[in-house]
Amino acid sequence: MLELLHVTRQFGGLTALNDVSLNVPAGRVVGLIGPNGAGKTTLINQISGLDHPTSGGINFAGQPIQGAPPHVIARMGIARTYQNIRLFGQMSALQNLLIGQHMQGRGSLLGAIFFSAAYRAEEKRLHLRARELLDRFGLGYAADSPAASLPYGDQRRLELARAIATQPRLLLLDEPTAGMNPSETHALGEHVLALRAEGLTVLVIEHDMPFIHQVCDEIYVLNFGQIIAHGAPDEIKHNPLVIEAYLGHEDSDDGAA
Amino acid sequence: MDTFFQQLINALSLGAIYGLFALGYALVFSVLGVLNLAHSAVFMTGAFFGLVLIDKLQLPLIVAFPLAMIGAGLVSVALEFIAFRPLRRRGAPRISQLISSIGASILLVSITQLLFQNLYGGTDAYFPRGLVPDEPILLGGLRIVPIRVIILAAALGMMVILQAVVSRTQIGQHMRAVAFNQRVAALLGINVGRVFVTTFFIAGALGGAAGMLYGLVFLNVSPFIGSDVALVGLTAIVLGGLGSINGAVLGGILVAALQTFSTAIGGSSYRNIVVFGILFLLLLVRPQGLLGQPDSTRT
Amino acid sequence: MDSIIEFVITLLKPLGVTEPVFQFMLVSAILGLSIYLTLYTGMFSLASAGFMAIGAYFGVAATQFWHLPLGLGLIIGMLAAGLIAIPIGLPVLRLKDIYLAIATIGFGEVVNVVILNFDDVVAAILTAVQGERVRFRLIEGARGIKNIPRLTETQYLVFFLIIVGFFITRLHRSRFGRSMAAIRDDERAAANMGINVTYVKNIVFILSAMLAAAAGVFSAHLTRIITPDAYGFDRAVDILSFAVLGGTSTWVGSIVGGMTLTALPETLRAVNQYRGVFTGMVLLAVILFLPGGLVDPAGLRATIRRVRSRLRRAAESQGAT
Repeated sequence: MLELLHVTRQFGGLTALNDVSLNVPAGRVVGLIGPNGAGKTTLINQISGLDHPTSGGINFAGQPIQGAPPHVIARMGIARTYQNIRLFGQMSALQNLLIGQHMQGRGSLLGAIFFSAAYRAEEKRLHLRARELLDRFGLGYAADSPAASLPYGDQRRLELARAIATQPRLLLLDEPTAGMNPSETHALGEHVLALRAEGLTVLVIEHDMPFIHQVCDEIYVLNFGQIIAHGAPDEIKHNPLVIEAYLGHEDSDDGAA
Repeated sequence: MDTFFQQLINALSLGAIYGLFALGYALVFSVLGVLNLAHSAVFMTGAFFGLVLIDKLQLPLIVAFPLAMIGAGLVSVALEFIAFRPLRRRGAPRISQLISSIGASILLVSITQLLFQNLYGGTDAYFPRGLVPDEPILLGGLRIVPIRVIILAAALGMMVILQAVVSRTQIGQHMRAVAFNQRVAALLGINVGRVFVTTFFIAGALGGAAGMLYGLVFLNVSPFIGSDVALVGLTAIVLGGLGSINGAVLGGILVAALQTFSTAIGGSSYRNIVVFGILFLLLLVRPQGLLGQPDSTRT
Repeated sequence: MDSIIEFVITLLKPLGVTEPVFQFMLVSAILGLSIYLTLYTGMFSLASAGFMAIGAYFGVAATQFWHLPLGLGLIIGMLAAGLIAIPIGLPVLRLKDIYLAIATIGFGEVVNVVILNFDDVVAAILTAVQGERVRFRLIEGARGIKNIPRLTETQYLVFFLIIVGFFITRLHRSRFGRSMAAIRDDERAAANMGINVTYVKNIVFILSAMLAAAAGVFSAHLTRIITPDAYGFDRAVDILSFAVLGGTSTWVGSIVGGMTLTALPETLRAVNQYRGVFTGMVLLAVILFLPGGLVDPAGLRATIRRVRSRLRRAAESQGAT
């Protein structure tokens, strides 16, 4: 579904990504781990269109997407969440999900002005789906509260819900469990597995190893902008290169970020 | 050729004034990250203080000048306490600080306007002539107006002193640290609030000095001279690059050069079109200016 | 309609507001809405003054040189502004915060300068083309255009405002309106939702320009004289203060802000001399103490909540002792 082919990203003299190639098969959950500063977020940014590779290609469902602007990539069916949560803070949780469905609406302005039947039907449909999503993620109570006022864990789930609202084929998650306790983390893992069961493909950046084990089918390990290992979670755990990468950086692989 | 040289001196001395003025913008922007749109009003108060000290209190220029600078510096510090600090404390967005500086600027100009009415019965006043020798002297075949040269020297002198303060004194070091990263500077024990006050004072003093020099060259002082230079100053710092101190000076000189030579060629009605045209084009094509960082300008 | 307007004006009379002042208040309301649209999308644009000038000059050209009725003048003014907004918006709207503000201030000044030099430049071109000295006097540069007939009627302004107000309320509840708010809150996330941020920003910029131009056309046919310096930085700041005073969270706020700031100097007649002091103080005071502006439903709700919980706590501690 998603292919990165020899992606390199240089910022002046600094090489953030060096000849990265990876493959995310459809319907799988792929994890991306590595020490801080390895380039994981940079990688996600190349895919989501926030940044472009200096060289190399990115294909999504067979189509090249490197260099495409973020909204075009979104329209192709790629959604993402952010490491430090980017919700529409002043808007309510419900409104966040309405905007999430931006691509599902035809939104004729004339229809809105004249209260056309098509407009009313569409708004009803969008509102209904938004409420369904809120309930699914346990956020029904917060429908009309400003997103920025929600507790941290709820904000993370809201961002995930909003990403799902865009009806993506591929979901990019950037450290979705940061700041969560083990039970919240496990609950999030259940959400991700449920999404996979519905056919969604996921690429997730994480430091939390139990979470990685819970949801990932395979893992890529990134260090200093290069892929140093790839395999099933159990293989990776015992891979000497991976252990060295983590131990060499004061991070241990017990899940502490 | 000799007109060219004269124009060059004119351009340089005007550029030095603009550069000095633009430095105030650049200092505040690089240390605090905000654009102080009241700076042009501070410029004007410098000229105003100087005028009152010389004209009404009969003080000699050599005394009035530093006093006017200090006065302008204090006004600038007052701005920090009234218009910037409360918003910063509250975590208000940068735009709010911009707006409040606009409000403060209007207030300052209007108050000065009232004072002008009281003291001069109108909104125009003049520096007495001859404070600085303005009779052209012949030097090696070239006619040089001393006032222009003296202004150039004074402005350059102040810039050199500023450079020394910023790079050699402890307070200068603190300013650079805060400009680089506020939070880290605070963690290192630097009193960030005090650095801000000092920055505003220096910026204000320089702006006030520029105002006085402007008044000495053009002799006319009014509450509105700030608006004449405001956009020039903005153009200068955008041209030089918003965070860059050297860029501000460079930009000031370039703008003055553009103004002087376009006036010489096309007449004074095109002065402004050249300046604003440049500003506008610059923002479209190269908003980071000559010496700035590109990433900070676009969304 | 007429009787309603008359009724409102009679109510406002004791406050020192006459019909002409009321008309200016309505013009300010339109300007407030113009800047509201851009602020609602997160753009700090001060271009309304420049577009107001464009509207004024094109509108006057339509009614005075081509002898068209005010309605057509309005449409021409708005169209001109809308068309000019396209090439300006595309490069300028990519800029961030301060740079956008400076660029739009610069735009206003460029319009100013173009108006000032228009006649001379055209004369120069014609002279070069025709080989003999041509004098061209159309818009009279700094002297401005005088003796414009007083075509604006209160009901036109009220009607226009009602239509625009309706349009804006519907906008808020439409998909496009939601994308505007999304861009304001977080541009990057908005792009991830499939929103074409550049497109939305430009459309809003064009709409805002058209509104400002309409205000320009109306006001030109009220003041009966237009000069380029009436639409410079000072005007841009005035318009900004409408939005700041009124509050940017609702569109009603900009109208209230605009009308209040226009009416107040009339109400406090003595203040007229201190107009600058007043505007400056208002801007400062509002930003410092009333950041949500006069019309701030969210702030009001928060204050009510705070007061209620404080009363509750006081009652509880009373009961406990």
